[in-house]
Amino acid sequence: MPDARVIPIKGKEPKKKKPATKKSAPRSGARASRSSAAPAVEPQDEATPLPGTEEHVDWDTRVAGALAFLRRRITGEYQVDDFGFDPELTDRILLAPLRPLYKKWFRIETRGLENIPDTGGALLVANHSGTVAVDSMMTQLAIWDHHPAHRHLRMLGADFVFQLPLVGELARKGGHTLACAPDAERLLSSGELVGVWPEGFKGIGKPFSERYKLQRFGRGGFVAAALRTKTPIIPCSIVGAEEIYPIIGNAKLMARLVGAPYFPITPTFPWLGPLGMVPLPSKWIIEFGEPIRTDEFPEGAADDPMLVFDLTDQVRETIQQTLYRLLVARRSVFF
Amino acid sequence: MGQVVLVTGVSRYLGGRMAQILTQDPGVDRVIGVDVVAPRQEIGGAEFVRADIRNPIIAKVIEAAQVDTVVHMGVIATPMQAGGRMSMKEINVIGTMQLLAACQKSPTVRKLVVKSTSSVYGAGPRDPAMFTEEMEPKHAPTSGWAKDSVEVEAYVRGFARRRPDVGVTTLRFANFFGPRVQTPMSTYFSLPVIPVVLGFDARLQFIHEDDGLDALRRATVEDHPGTFNVAGDGVILVSQAARRVGRPVFPIASPFAFAVGATFRRLGLADFSPEQVRFLTYGRGIDTTRMRTEFGFVPQHTTPETFDAFVEAHNLNRLLPAERVENIEDQLLSLLTGKGGAGA
Repeated sequence: MPDARVIPIKGKEPKKKKPATKKSAPRSGARASRSSAAPAVEPQDEATPLPGTEEHVDWDTRVAGALAFLRRRITGEYQVDDFGFDPELTDRILLAPLRPLYKKWFRIETRGLENIPDTGGALLVANHSGTVAVDSMMTQLAIWDHHPAHRHLRMLGADFVFQLPLVGELARKGGHTLACAPDAERLLSSGELVGVWPEGFKGIGKPFSERYKLQRFGRGGFVAAALRTKTPIIPCSIVGAEEIYPIIGNAKLMARLVGAPYFPITPTFPWLGPLGMVPLPSKWIIEFGEPIRTDEFPEGAADDPMLVFDLTDQVRETIQQTLYRLLVARRSVFF
Repeated sequence: MGQVVLVTGVSRYLGGRMAQILTQDPGVDRVIGVDVVAPRQEIGGAEFVRADIRNPIIAKVIEAAQVDTVVHMGVIATPMQAGGRMSMKEINVIGTMQLLAACQKSPTVRKLVVKSTSSVYGAGPRDPAMFTEEMEPKHAPTSGWAKDSVEVEAYVRGFARRRPDVGVTTLRFANFFGPRVQTPMSTYFSLPVIPVVLGFDARLQFIHEDDGLDALRRATVEDHPGTFNVAGDGVILVSQAARRVGRPVFPIASPFAFAVGATFRRLGLADFSPEQVRFLTYGRGIDTTRMRTEFGFVPQHTTPETFDAFVEAHNLNRLLPAERVENIEDQLLSLLTGKGGAGA
């Protein structure tokens, strides 16, 4: 009599309401909870496993979790936030294929995760490289999987991203939004961890010969956003992403034809076709630096361009120096 | 002495209900409903005057009845309702101009409430996630209802400048939705197969019809001058909404979406204006902080609740209702794990 047994889980009340449990929902979704917010169910789940049957229970809860996830997908009974962020989909579908790449292919090592606060708004600023934005996705995964508070990194993307079909859709569902002051401030002031790659296409599409040389840091808009919301800036240095697709040329005509900011030519792409899209297995290090506080500046500091420029330079210099230090210490590109 | 309220656009659903609601308000003495055609539904104790707001007769109506509050709901959203785009634009833009001209001349008018739309913000890839009232559109609407509404708002601002003694409230509503109201959106989600734009999943916001009318009523009987976004909490994605009605989607590549939209329009299946297609591609969000803090209004229904109310009222999800999916889930679960429920 399956129906009789599942009654406590199937409570109609929590299903309809489902408060915005942004952080807990995807994690508890791995359990057998029926709805993403069924706190009453959790203790029951944990109480049931008898000693010695853990493996069996684990399999059962996994199946139940996967089925509950499928049901919510079919009935549309899930929550997205104002930006279109779908936490459950991000955890179960979007980030899942990146995990083997993270662990086995790039063997990513993180340092200084403790510099990211457990709660509250913070702005993570990182160097951008690697032809396609693999570095930003890996940083998101690093913080979601390995930070003790399992925070989602909400990244700010170029408008080009949101013009593209599918890419734009997945970016929104993954929690990212357009890099503009209103969105950055909205996320920061609602206590989210925001990621920004201020070099943009200049950083990601630079030739291999200029690897690890930071490009211009936009117009410092990210600093102004942090100042206005009084949130700390966390400099983040990523080593290894430069070598995954070394750009040896840029087919500008081709780029113009497809409307892209650049068209990369690497030793393997486009010569080997789809095989050329396999990234080189470089060894990565992601180091999160000490937060730079912005709450000590006076009111209206964001409107002082000189201060904004200085702070932008300070962040840029910190990342550049960290990159040099990490590069000197690195044994080789691949190990 | 109570208010004398003139409501335009009463022959349509929302205008008619608005007139009805206002007649029941203790602060309102008299409600005069104006439209070119007679209302199809009961408008309660409101008096109906058949008048075209496109000609100066409207000034006589205002003068004769000593109207002190004007609720402008006469901007129509689809050419289907007006019998062609030409007459729709006439009614929307010229009608508003005539109405405002009459209001400007009238010594009795003290308050103007305008039902506008969030589509004045346009829709595009460079939009911020949420529009506040001060933001300028990044992709200004170029056609249809949205463009008419931009022009209507411009004339209303001009009127507010010339008559600073009149309190002007402009409410920019998210799409009206709910059990009864009929909009291009409700037609869209009632299609047996829902065409969507390939690779895009727009964020939609809805305002429940009861909430929207309540906001209009409060703007009419209370004093809240200013421009306010009005929408239910939260957003719902097109794909998510399609799943909630239990309908399959049919993705169309965006270069063809406009052509398909035009075909649907010609066949009279659904009203897909180019604006509507852009909205269904990029979506839009409006920030309702000012609605809560200054206007002091909290909608009773969130966006997903509003959508569910629509699905329930029309009994749309017959293919895959949630209970059936739950049953299938239970059966699969017992099959796979060899027992009844999850951990219970």
